[in-house]
Amino acid sequence: MTIVDIGLPRRLVEFTLDGEQVTVPEGATILSACKDMPTLCYGDTLEPANACRVCMVEVEGSRTLVPSCSRKVEPGMVVNTDTERTRHSRRLVLELLGSATDLSTTPQVADWMADVGADPARFGPDAATVAQPAKVDNVLYVRDYSKCIMCYKCVDACGDQWQNTFAIAVAGRGFDAHISTEFSAPLPDSACVYCGNCIEVCPTGALSFRREYDKRAEGTWDESAQSATTTVCTFCGVGCNLTLHVQDNEIVKVTSPHESSVTHGNLCIKGRFGWQHVQNP
Amino acid sequence: MDLRFLEASPSKVEKNAIDVALVGTDCGRDQLLPALHAANDAVGWISEGALNHICRRLSVPPAEAYGVATFYSLFSMQERPRKVVHVCVDLACKVNGAEALVAAQTDFVVRSPCLGVCERAPAALAVEAGGDASYLMPELPLPQLGDSSLRLLRRVGTVDPLSLDDYRAAGGYAALRNAFLLGPQGVIREVTDAKLMGRGGAAFPTGRKWAATAGQPGRPHYLVCNADESEPGTFKDRVLMEGDPFAVIEAMTVAAYATGCTRGYLYIRGEYPRAFAALTNAISVAHERGFLGSNIMGQPGFEFDVEIRRGAGAYICGEETAIFNSIEGFRGEPRSKPPFPVEKGLFGKPTVVNNVETLANVLLILTEGCQAFHQVGTPQSTGSKLFCVSGTVPKPGVYEVPFGTTLRELLELAGGVEDLRAVLLGGAAGGFLRADEIDLPLTMEDARAAGTTLGSGVVLVLDGTVDVGGFLLRIAEFFRDESCGQCVPCRIGTVRQEEALHRIVQRKGDAQDLLLLRDVGQVMRDSSICGLGQTAWNAIESAIDRLGVQL
Repeated sequence: MTIVDIGLPRRLVEFTLDGEQVTVPEGATILSACKDMPTLCYGDTLEPANACRVCMVEVEGSRTLVPSCSRKVEPGMVVNTDTERTRHSRRLVLELLGSATDLSTTPQVADWMADVGADPARFGPDAATVAQPAKVDNVLYVRDYSKCIMCYKCVDACGDQWQNTFAIAVAGRGFDAHISTEFSAPLPDSACVYCGNCIEVCPTGALSFRREYDKRAEGTWDESAQSATTTVCTFCGVGCNLTLHVQDNEIVKVTSPHESSVTHGNLCIKGRFGWQHVQNP
Repeated sequence: MDLRFLEASPSKVEKNAIDVALVGTDCGRDQLLPALHAANDAVGWISEGALNHICRRLSVPPAEAYGVATFYSLFSMQERPRKVVHVCVDLACKVNGAEALVAAQTDFVVRSPCLGVCERAPAALAVEAGGDASYLMPELPLPQLGDSSLRLLRRVGTVDPLSLDDYRAAGGYAALRNAFLLGPQGVIREVTDAKLMGRGGAAFPTGRKWAATAGQPGRPHYLVCNADESEPGTFKDRVLMEGDPFAVIEAMTVAAYATGCTRGYLYIRGEYPRAFAALTNAISVAHERGFLGSNIMGQPGFEFDVEIRRGAGAYICGEETAIFNSIEGFRGEPRSKPPFPVEKGLFGKPTVVNNVETLANVLLILTEGCQAFHQVGTPQSTGSKLFCVSGTVPKPGVYEVPFGTTLRELLELAGGVEDLRAVLLGGAAGGFLRADEIDLPLTMEDARAAGTTLGSGVVLVLDGTVDVGGFLLRIAEFFRDESCGQCVPCRIGTVRQEEALHRIVQRKGDAQDLLLLRDVGQVMRDSSICGLGQTAWNAIESAIDRLGVQL
């Protein structure tokens, strides 16, 4: 039998969301009551980073727009998610991100851009970007920071929110801010333990399995031809759930269900990367 | 924590400097910034060995310490000459020959944002590893020195800033004595009734802030004196701190008494070596003489200590929540509000943050009484205000005038301006006024009604000789450099605005670029996390809409 901690009973809070009365438990965020709200830096297993500003909504009485991912609902709050101001903000945020970053492997972003009419090319061909060569310094995973939107999720997953390894942090400032090890040391010289929990939370594909990176380079990566099978890791007695992503009868990456009460999406190096023996009997 | 450190070792000099800086501390994460300063001060840069030693002493992961060190522009992660000259290329210096000063240097030059000595523009600060920092410009007395109407500035230039006895002989510590007679609630009532508004730029009612903090059940409460004066063209707090440092300490003590704080942090920007020395001396003397510590001035049970913290070159750390992260040893990135500082501030505890000039006003309220304080200024903007007059003006400097004085009167005090083109009011985050608008009474309410702001009291004068396009470009460049990079609108928006402005100024732009400026400006105002991004476009917008600058 599984014992699930449902916590203390919470009072309910009523507020107005896009003209409708909505009731949520006290302490819930605006985002939790929204359907189909675009998000990038929000992570279902992480504290809100408040960085990407994609999920901004209009709250009556507030001078600025507010991030729905972190703002808690207050009784009587009047929230509008789809106004001229929120659409302008979302369009500009996506245009700015798209003009500086390679979003080609970011799921759904093309749809969001089309929805608000975002045109990242409007800033001209000379607009500064974060384009740089991918960091391929180990056999397990690749860091392609041309695709990094600085959502802070990998840093949080590596640090005190999950792994407590602290191999990476945000370094630099402003447009030069970037994810880095100390003195930009290659991963094998850093504190990295290759748990891959950063890959699990990366929203843009800036962090990816080496196998995925190589197959994309070869042009053989095909998500439509992949199946996902959730099983239990065989390495130790913890019983972590693994989801094996298989293409052409080959495991191409391993994730873990975020709702798993054992892993919350996190694994160790063995569960995340230790499956080559399956292919090489 | 099971942390992985580097192999690199510090030199003897580095190790010694770091160890000395950590003597008497609990070696917590909040010592990171002081330790980084110690290494950087000793040898002029932060080596792998020095960083590693700091990480071992403080149990901080090297990647995080590297992230913090690279956030601040005064720290170098590469070896550089021991002597570095920081030449200010910001607004007031730019219009007073900064580039010629850069060209005249024979030492290693760092092009610096505003150094906060705009009255002596062009400004430069020479810093030598293992030695002192010194300004390269001659001293300049207070322009209103000897004027008997001065209140906030009355001791500046007339009382020895290093002597507590002189301070007391000139009325020092009378306010704290009165505070003890009034009791904490009484002090808050006086400050509220005096209608004192914050002088850092946001003009929030001080009494309300204090009452909200005092009423918080969580303990301890913290006080932060925000002396990270970095708005280009602002230097009033520096003048107060250099000339009347004991007043800052006394005012902090009054604030702490009123709001129930036992510990205060004085966060001063790293580019103010003289103010830092004056305040360090004031804290140590006040401690020796029983004006800090326990049972202050014989008041039983009242305990208060002040720790001074140096910033390291980051405008954003003047933001009221970024200052907390900086003190705590994290990157100086603003936090999302709510929760507000009065509820959850420094170290997660209720915190009151006040600007230096705001605190200086508290002393006046407690010595004259709020009725007398009221009689200066206007009914809504009470008291007097320090204005930082700089740019192309004959007598630049800090001027103290009652609220309600017109801009024209202020400019006349500063020697008048022939061929006035415009005034940048409030700083880089403020706005421009045209030459025909200088009859504006300088009050919070008149500025608001005129669609502008007094901000931090910047009055930067531009005459017909100034290249306005280049001036605007410098504003855009400033915000690009100083954005912390946390949120997308500000991190990328400030870059796109600077790019578009470049095209426009070089006459390569088109109508699309103007639309782009406005679009990006709007998203920065609507969706940035903090006031930096939200106001970064104000001045350029006002140049277009108010000055009618043909871009």
